[in-house]
Amino acid sequence: MDKVSKQPEGILAPYRVLDLTDDLGFLCGKILGDMGADVIKVEPPGGDPSRNIGPFVDGVLDPEKSLYWFAYNTSKRGITLNLTERTGQELFKRLARKADFVIESFPPGTVESWGLGYETLKRENPRILLTSITFFGQTGPYSRYKASDIEIMATSGAMSLSGERNGPPLRISFPQSPMWTGMHAAAGTLLAHYERELSGEGQHVDVSAQASTLSSLAHAPACWDLNRDDPHREGILMTGRSITGAVMQVFWPCQDGYINFIVYGGPAGRKTNLELVKWMDSKGMAPAYLKEIDWDKFDISTATQEQIDAIEKPAGEFLKTLTKAEYFAGVVERGMLGYPVQNPEDIFNDPQLEARNFWVSLPHPELGREIPYPGAAALFSQGSCTPRCRAPLIGEHNREIYEGELGLSHEELTILKQAGVI
Amino acid sequence: MAKRALEGIKVVEFAAFAAGPGIGKHLADHGAQVIRVESRSRPDGFRTHYPPFKDNKPGLNRSGCFSFFNNNKYSVTINLKVPGAVELAKRLVARADIVIENMTPGTIGRLGLGYQELIKVKPDLIMLSTCNQGQTGPHASHPGFGSHLSSLSGFSHFTGYPGKTPLLLYGPYIDFIGEGYGLICILAALDYRRRTGKGTFIDCAQYENGVQFLIPAMLHFTVNGKIMERMGNRHPAAAPCGAFPCQGDDQWCALSVFADGEWQALRKVMGNPSWALDPKFDTVLGRKKHEDELEEKIAGWTRLLTREELMEKLQNVGIRAGIVNTMGGLFSDLQLDHRKFWRGINHAEMGWHHYKTGSFFLTKTPPEVTMPAPCLGEHNRYVFLEVLGMAETEFEELVSRGVVE
Repeated sequence: MDKVSKQPEGILAPYRVLDLTDDLGFLCGKILGDMGADVIKVEPPGGDPSRNIGPFVDGVLDPEKSLYWFAYNTSKRGITLNLTERTGQELFKRLARKADFVIESFPPGTVESWGLGYETLKRENPRILLTSITFFGQTGPYSRYKASDIEIMATSGAMSLSGERNGPPLRISFPQSPMWTGMHAAAGTLLAHYERELSGEGQHVDVSAQASTLSSLAHAPACWDLNRDDPHREGILMTGRSITGAVMQVFWPCQDGYINFIVYGGPAGRKTNLELVKWMDSKGMAPAYLKEIDWDKFDISTATQEQIDAIEKPAGEFLKTLTKAEYFAGVVERGMLGYPVQNPEDIFNDPQLEARNFWVSLPHPELGREIPYPGAAALFSQGSCTPRCRAPLIGEHNREIYEGELGLSHEELTILKQAGVI
Repeated sequence: MAKRALEGIKVVEFAAFAAGPGIGKHLADHGAQVIRVESRSRPDGFRTHYPPFKDNKPGLNRSGCFSFFNNNKYSVTINLKVPGAVELAKRLVARADIVIENMTPGTIGRLGLGYQELIKVKPDLIMLSTCNQGQTGPHASHPGFGSHLSSLSGFSHFTGYPGKTPLLLYGPYIDFIGEGYGLICILAALDYRRRTGKGTFIDCAQYENGVQFLIPAMLHFTVNGKIMERMGNRHPAAAPCGAFPCQGDDQWCALSVFADGEWQALRKVMGNPSWALDPKFDTVLGRKKHEDELEEKIAGWTRLLTREELMEKLQNVGIRAGIVNTMGGLFSDLQLDHRKFWRGINHAEMGWHHYKTGSFFLTKTPPEVTMPAPCLGEHNRYVFLEVLGMAETEFEELVSRGVVE
């Protein structure tokens, strides 16, 4: 915990979280931990199966080298505990007496079957808040259904909005539903926490991955709700901006990748279109009719496809001549809307993130190296919210917590180890 | 109606479009009083420029984009450029716990409503500024929408097929990550204030929020120097994993098979067709190697079933499967219906329509939809006369001077 003391105190420093989640809920505990709460990740003996999710450090397939595990378990301590055994359940109740939050992501009914449901935990600790994270919710017709990311992206509606027009619905390749779910779980937990501190009594928070991921759809459901219009995936084309049904192309090939440029309306769109034409003109690439468009009168919400095409064709020819870096420098200098399509390397080298000291180097002594991590999700004038220490090793804090805090003797711990409890 | 979690909390929003108002909606759904400061001379862009409008007729109070993020809120119209307007806005702030703004960095300060000014009237104020790239740094003042920022922050890079053009995510994807983190930060700051009596200024960069959703891919670069690429619907360790066509026009169901036992179960559900008994599909290595063929063969079978049938058949034998919901489907989804996810309410101009509620459901203090999104300036009289206790004469004077529009 030395690394922790070097950071300014986190905004949630006084609280303790018992984190029983798998990868569906990791982000919830990480957020609370980065905000300074003392998060204890409870893994089954031998380690959490999520430690098998890649990629791995130097490609070495080792549960202590999973970058997925590293990514979403920063700022947590780690213990092992077998919750399926009575002994483990009793130890957990003792831990829960001193905890403020319990977060879990087992299938509905599981913690109850272990005698660790909300009603039981409440008897141990009336203040306790239990946040249960599942694919579809604690009850209901799908509550027993299994899922991985793709089924959540499907049932939430997200996939129906992405992909080629005539191809299958598409998910984001890097799993997103666990992120939407973990983030919403943290929000629900803190909402209930505010109320708990006033009323003195905790509650059970029921988080659904399907419902959480639905947040990513923007206003698309309103298209159906108001007008019975069902937006359809259109590849690289943006729809729903003009009542004429005109669509705008978003991605444009450039010298070394792709660029995001969209014909927009409103004051910001007006400036962008004006500046782009000037930029094109400086390279002799703006046709006369483009220079004559009165952007003050251009209204995206009523624009026709013909109007859009006439702008996009020469714009695309121009964008093709640029590199990602040239485009980025140009849009920043000219105050235009648009960005390059950045990959992780581009993001890591982005001067904006560097200027804000976004990257945080966390020591991994057992690997003999420090690793740069994405840092603070937000900057606070009081307190902080940033990764404090690397993810725990398997059972790294067993002695610290079982002996140091629960007062078990080393002999007792030895028995628990051999009995497969820790 | 049960007491809600944030009853008594007062919020003032100087916010437009998605990320800022989305935060306020969560607070309002859970009982906070949220007052939106808008203006007629510069209304929220969602009210004016973005379909859907009810019955495709544009109008300040007919926008689905606007309403989706603004139910349960009060709307007042103050033209902040008119002398005296900033003072009026400060009167709202003086009685508030939280201010949310999502203007381009520097704008709210130039208007005279920056954090340093506002803490003069409310010393323990919690103020959240959320924007694309943060309040500081060389790109802070660069304007942009989520639809652009989703490309800067890596999401476009990960959407599409290997070696092909990135494909579009609907809407400003990253705005809603900003919404979630903004909400979390405000709730943490509320707890901090309760314990210490101190307010907080929060600088949320949606870019930095978004990168939190891609950390393993970032570590793959910072640790291994490698760039993870988009891979369509496929999964590094599952096969099949994808969306499969079902009976009917453009009907799909997603499914994924991880363990060998799940593959054996799938084979059985399909009726053990001879192609599936080929030993090349027996192991995950074989299924990954012959994934194109595997997907094509399975699609031949899924086409015969409705998506609901397929989901149920597979789930019943322990195989992960989920229908690809369209927007219409979300409103008849049995599970969302069970959770009372959508709440209907009547709106003066848009009629009966729906709002989303909890992704997280607080069982003791559940969220409620109590009011539709406000019409522009709908609550001027209520807020100024009843909430601020202003005299009728002063109100009329503010209206006549154009402070209240």
